[in-house]
Amino acid sequence: MMESIVTILAGLLLLVGSAFAAIAAFGILRLPDIYSRMHAASKAGAVGSGMALLALALMADSLPVALRAIAAIAFFLLTAPLSAHLLAKAAYAVGYKLWPGSVLDEMPEVAITTRRSDTPARGDSPAQQSS
Amino acid sequence: MSEFASEFLDICLSLSLAMLGLAFFFTIARIIRGPTLPDRVLGLDMLTSVAIGFIAVIGIDTGRTLYVDIAIALGLVGFLATVAFARFILARGKTADDDERQGLPIMDDDPHRDTGSGNPAADTGEAAR
Repeated sequence: MMESIVTILAGLLLLVGSAFAAIAAFGILRLPDIYSRMHAASKAGAVGSGMALLALALMADSLPVALRAIAAIAFFLLTAPLSAHLLAKAAYAVGYKLWPGSVLDEMPEVAITTRRSDTPARGDSPAQQSS
Repeated sequence: MSEFASEFLDICLSLSLAMLGLAFFFTIARIIRGPTLPDRVLGLDMLTSVAIGFIAVIGIDTGRTLYVDIAIALGLVGFLATVAFARFILARGKTADDDERQGLPIMDDDPHRDTGSGNPAADTGEAAR
């Protein structure tokens, strides 16, 4: 009885998770600019694969496999917002435009910040500064 | 009850494989079409998450849970790849494909259609003429 309930729960999780992933991919295909596409992809994509991994953790027959699946979920939830934020900020700083129909853009102009401390991109290399 | 549960799980597995395949297709269509580089990077990010979902579904279907390790490694590599691409976009700066905005679909009652800047905060309310 208990086993059947867990199986049905795992099936529902699989269904909902893959529906989330499919809807996110549809959003990537249909939404008009980078930022709204990112809104579709990074939230729904993380939830989709997280739900599928949770179903795997429920159906796993040994504890280590379940724990690994849960660790993968935790890792994914930790990194997905980070990468989405970095990508959005990079795209905004470089100047990729919002969709013309966007209602509000509260963010001020961002300076491209790879210049000094991180990337020796534009001529001024760290070696020159230290000398 | 038990037969029903396993049958239900089978149906769910087939349906979710189909939906994940659809997600793969859409994402790859965006990667091929995607007018700018960040679109393609976003597609790559989405592709790794869909692949992790595939690994989970196949792990349930066939009982090969060995691939869960690969899912973890794939998540790590996908994260690092996205971060590296974001740094690359920053370091590359403006390029010609910034002007690809003309390819965006235009809404019917778009107030900013004639004011060239895509930044509504820059134009005041009367800017729509």
